[in-house]
Amino acid sequence: MRWRRHTNQIIGFLVLLPSMALVGVFVYSFIGRTLYASLTDWGQDPAQALALNPITRFIGLDNYRQLFTGVIDARFRQDLVSTVFFTAFFLAGCLLVGLLLAILIDHKPRGEGFFRGVFLFPFALSFVVTGTIWRWLLQPGGGVNQLPTMVGLPAGSFAWLTSKQQVWRFDWNALPAMLAWAAALSLAALALSALRSRRRGRAAAAAAGAVLAAGWALLAGPAAAPLPFPELHGFNLAFVGIVVAAVWQMAGYTMALYLAGLSGVPEEIREAAVVEGASEWQLYTRVILPLLAPITLSAMIVLGHISLKIFDLVFAMAGPDNAYTDVPALLMYITTFRGNQFAKGAAIGVILLLLVAVIVVPYLRSQLKEGVHE
Amino acid sequence: MSAGRARPSWRWAMYACLALAAGLFLMPVYMMLLTALKEPAAIGLDTAWQLPRTWNWASFARAWTSFLPKLQNSLVLTVAASGASAMLGSLNGYVFAKWPFPGSRIVFAFILFGMFIPYQAILIPLFGFVKSIGLYGSIWGLVLVHTVYGLPITTLIFRNYYVDIPDSLIESSALEGAGFFTIYWKVVFPLSLPGFVVVIIWQFTQIWNEFLFAVTLSNPQSQPITVALAQLAGGEAVKWNLPMAGALLAALPTLLIYVVFGRYFVRGLLAGSVKG
Repeated sequence: MRWRRHTNQIIGFLVLLPSMALVGVFVYSFIGRTLYASLTDWGQDPAQALALNPITRFIGLDNYRQLFTGVIDARFRQDLVSTVFFTAFFLAGCLLVGLLLAILIDHKPRGEGFFRGVFLFPFALSFVVTGTIWRWLLQPGGGVNQLPTMVGLPAGSFAWLTSKQQVWRFDWNALPAMLAWAAALSLAALALSALRSRRRGRAAAAAAGAVLAAGWALLAGPAAAPLPFPELHGFNLAFVGIVVAAVWQMAGYTMALYLAGLSGVPEEIREAAVVEGASEWQLYTRVILPLLAPITLSAMIVLGHISLKIFDLVFAMAGPDNAYTDVPALLMYITTFRGNQFAKGAAIGVILLLLVAVIVVPYLRSQLKEGVHE
Repeated sequence: MSAGRARPSWRWAMYACLALAAGLFLMPVYMMLLTALKEPAAIGLDTAWQLPRTWNWASFARAWTSFLPKLQNSLVLTVAASGASAMLGSLNGYVFAKWPFPGSRIVFAFILFGMFIPYQAILIPLFGFVKSIGLYGSIWGLVLVHTVYGLPITTLIFRNYYVDIPDSLIESSALEGAGFFTIYWKVVFPLSLPGFVVVIIWQFTQIWNEFLFAVTLSNPQSQPITVALAQLAGGEAVKWNLPMAGALLAALPTLLIYVVFGRYFVRGLLAGSVKG
């Protein structure tokens, strides 16, 4: 029997080969080529744009240096900031609305199936359809802005997708110090939790790291300004409407994830909590939510990577050329295919990949490790 | 159920919340239909919420004739790429679930990662590649691309589906002398129908709705519906009845699938959050 098992494993490997080759070429070799392209001057010379096989020069990390510290690439830095804000609000909105809807449905109302269907259907639409509808709803003189007039209030006047207002502004030059402070704080939190679980060595290492990071932020941070002049970035209010549309589309998805988790909470646990006198509120906050933590994590990862890649929704809602609602995924497309700045576009693509990989790779590792114990 | 014991006053508060949420979720659809059914001249920002005086169905007819070729492009693309990626994914899933070889988990992880990458990170070489094999601007270039980038999710769903087929079933047919493909064809494949439904529905929805590859790799002749819709709605001084009618046409196929196959749709959705 053993030899037969081996034969089948070999056949299995051969059956996988085409897919492995396809993924190898289309994912990994293409990532490699993008990485290489991002280290060249491809697109800086007009002759390269027209040539079939452009002659490019290796210029190292120059494109990246320009993106983060070059005068002309301020738009990229604002896009990066915008994505971070967008991701934070989008995640918070989806998790909050999704959880609320799931809890409501979990109470088994009459018409449960109908409500579930209504909350989830936007997920079946494309971002382009969603964007088209919401673009109309958010026209400055109509749609949502007209709603207050129905109850006799004056119409709203917010320029949803074109507002130039920016809040929570900060100087890009303060970013290195801010990042160092963030590192110091999270290391300090790590040290505290290690101390609580009595892992002295780990606590000491984390504490030392925290002190180091804080010290660097204090002493070297102000000197580490990437730009010779102050450059303010912040949260563009034009994004509010895009967050609303994105939450409208994805909150139902989050609800479905939570509902799957809620159906896995054993009835005995709920009953035991009620018998011990837990109120409805306590039942959810003390018992059920902690049990749903893995779902929250999954939802955050999936939504987070969607949010970092967001492209079609912004394209359809605000158009590709609206600077106030720009994101790196869109800028990459414009830089590459409109501006023919292939190398710079490639660099933006690589930065996006790194951002996504930082959250996805640890998650995939932990998910697949769990799988081994099945 | 804890809710069964909830007080009546809580019940009506719950229904109020549900009704409010349902209203908010349906509001954009209401606006879409309302605007699509108005005469172009009757569409104004300050009358956006009012019912049309005369119901005008002509926008749907116009959107239908101008979008028909794009809908056909989308249909060919979606059916071909969903079918191909489902078939390959099924075979891959069978190998990973039933004939794991040394190192197969690492291969699995490497394939899965492809599902999460921002496609901007491969777009430039992909564009060059599709052009170099002569498929730029052809619907078959998009079919190839969607088949390949669909492999991670289809492999994942089938693998998790096949893990639940008892090993004893595989072993007993192996004892009877059945080989790799006979076992797949006689034992695994006949049990796969629900798996195929989940995967094909998922892929159909994803590919029908996709935009980035579509806008990068197609030309006006091979444009899928999403690109055509974005261009129509993005034009200056649009009359909104047409984009709204077009949005409805673009949304209908996936909405129909959602309504008819809701349960399977949710299973695909849950599979997308991994659990290897």
